[in-house]
Amino acid sequence: MRRKRWLSYSLRDSGMNPRGFHPSQIKFYLVLVPLAAFMLLPIVFIFSHAFKPPEELFAYPPRFFVVRPTLKNFTDLFARISTSEVPVSRYLFNSVLVTLLTVLASVGVGSTAAFALSKKRFRLKNTLFAINTVALMFVPVAVTIPRFLIIQQLGLLNTFWVHILPALAMPVGLFLLKQFMDALPNEMIEAAQIDGASDLQIYWHIILPLTRPALATIAILAFQASWNNVDTSAMYINDEQLKTFAFYLSSLTSTTAGANLVAGQGMAAAASLIVFLPNLIIFILLQSQVMSTMSHSGLK
Amino acid sequence: MQTEWRSQLSRQWRKEASAYGFIAPYAVLFAIFIAIPVLAAFLLSFTFFDSIQPPQFNGLLNYIVLLTQDDIFMRYVLPNTIQFAVLVGPGGYVLAFLLAWMLAQLPRTPRTIFALILYSPSMTGGVAMAVVWQTLFSGDQNGYLNSFLLSLNLIQAPIQWLQSPEYLMTIMIIVTLWSSMGVGFLAMLAGMLDINPELYEAGALDGVSSRWQEIIYITIPSMKPQMLFGAVMAIVGAFQAGTIGVALSGSNPTPQYAGQLIVNHIEDYGFLRYEMGYAAAVSVVLLLMVLLFNRLANRLFRED
Repeated sequence: MRRKRWLSYSLRDSGMNPRGFHPSQIKFYLVLVPLAAFMLLPIVFIFSHAFKPPEELFAYPPRFFVVRPTLKNFTDLFARISTSEVPVSRYLFNSVLVTLLTVLASVGVGSTAAFALSKKRFRLKNTLFAINTVALMFVPVAVTIPRFLIIQQLGLLNTFWVHILPALAMPVGLFLLKQFMDALPNEMIEAAQIDGASDLQIYWHIILPLTRPALATIAILAFQASWNNVDTSAMYINDEQLKTFAFYLSSLTSTTAGANLVAGQGMAAAASLIVFLPNLIIFILLQSQVMSTMSHSGLK
Repeated sequence: MQTEWRSQLSRQWRKEASAYGFIAPYAVLFAIFIAIPVLAAFLLSFTFFDSIQPPQFNGLLNYIVLLTQDDIFMRYVLPNTIQFAVLVGPGGYVLAFLLAWMLAQLPRTPRTIFALILYSPSMTGGVAMAVVWQTLFSGDQNGYLNSFLLSLNLIQAPIQWLQSPEYLMTIMIIVTLWSSMGVGFLAMLAGMLDINPELYEAGALDGVSSRWQEIIYITIPSMKPQMLFGAVMAIVGAFQAGTIGVALSGSNPTPQYAGQLIVNHIEDYGFLRYEMGYAAAVSVVLLLMVLLFNRLANRLFRED
């Protein structure tokens, strides 16, 4: 699939995927630098705000950047007991556990299904993939109510599992994994079959190692869906002990109205940073894997 | 004869059993949390259901009420949803394409940095970050935007950004666009980088002379599958982002229904008024809108 790019400079340069700087790129920098700076503002603000001492949080006129950074907001956040006497560390623990299990399980469920759809032959194969492709346009918020009723009927309301189970079937994830596996050569699998390998062995020893970029991509998508999820805690969970950190963050500003506004704002900023940072770190670590998966994302 | 047929069937079944085993966990979860809810929404939309007594069939009544008597739906929710979806969906999509097109023409390192910056807001989305927006758009003179505009003498008094009907929708659209450079944007960027450079040369020989012609005649046709994937993601994102108005203003309904979208209308009827049958009918309308947009995207980019 890699093309010989060094051949492409002969006739007319398309300018696509250049190897170095060229004056023609200046106009793009002129657009992209201000735009990127603008898009970065809220994120810089999260970082700056989280480390502001109280007098800066409530200074007039307000200052965008922190002058004397402090960790006070973070210590306040973890020292605080929520209105229903649940410590913040509990929400964080729930989030970490829920996210970890969701990422592992959705990678497992998605990759086994993609293996069957890509490399196995069975009668319902094309039908099932077609259904999944239609489900790419599934908008979960549209069916909030029937989903609620089903979760209620299954007895999942107010349980730990309601954080995980509904998030596992990810049509986009299965789609990307299957497309990626389609590009893997079949010869290796056939050779393994001749050597007497079972499907499980083929899946584990051949498919999984070769699909790593796609698995990383699905892991990121599952991570983002789970770690940032507010709705599950808000709708399906009553027990404060079972709610997650992202939900706690969203409730911080509403419960700390009035006298506690200054402290509440600082803690909310610190909590926003805690929610945002893992997303950023994981994506930076895995971004090259994501891009190579996206090459196979086409919908035909 | 029959036994032979049966043994053949069982042999085939045994051969396929492993494939079904691999797909079963996904299929079961898909059925429970995606397929059945969609089907249930459709069925419930023909009933009266208050979640206490079993659903009672009432035919098309919900739809008739929705189209003829639901003043709020017709006056606020539907126009708001269309305005929001068109600006955030196709608007965000065109923006994502243009940004990807510019990034594809930069060397690898700056490209990666810009892609990371543009993608990072979509990691958390608008709703989880509502707290940050509430601080930036805070309505008193201490709000960051207010203070900034006051210091420039652009406004005379602080503005209640998130509580005033004339600004809420604009802010919702900006916030959602800000966080909309997601998977679809990355897919289009990757697709663009994978286009064979020889196509551009061939195009030049055939008389393609400007960048604009290049986009229309070479770039877009060569990456139709990614264009379609990006379009589907943009459409889903636009409708999925519907809860942002409630998250920003802190109330459902939003102030004077200014930011009320169809998703909020569903929650309003389903969870605040317990008219689940009616809410299901609204859900079906929403799913049909998504379907309609997707048909359009398919018409534009499907290869055949």
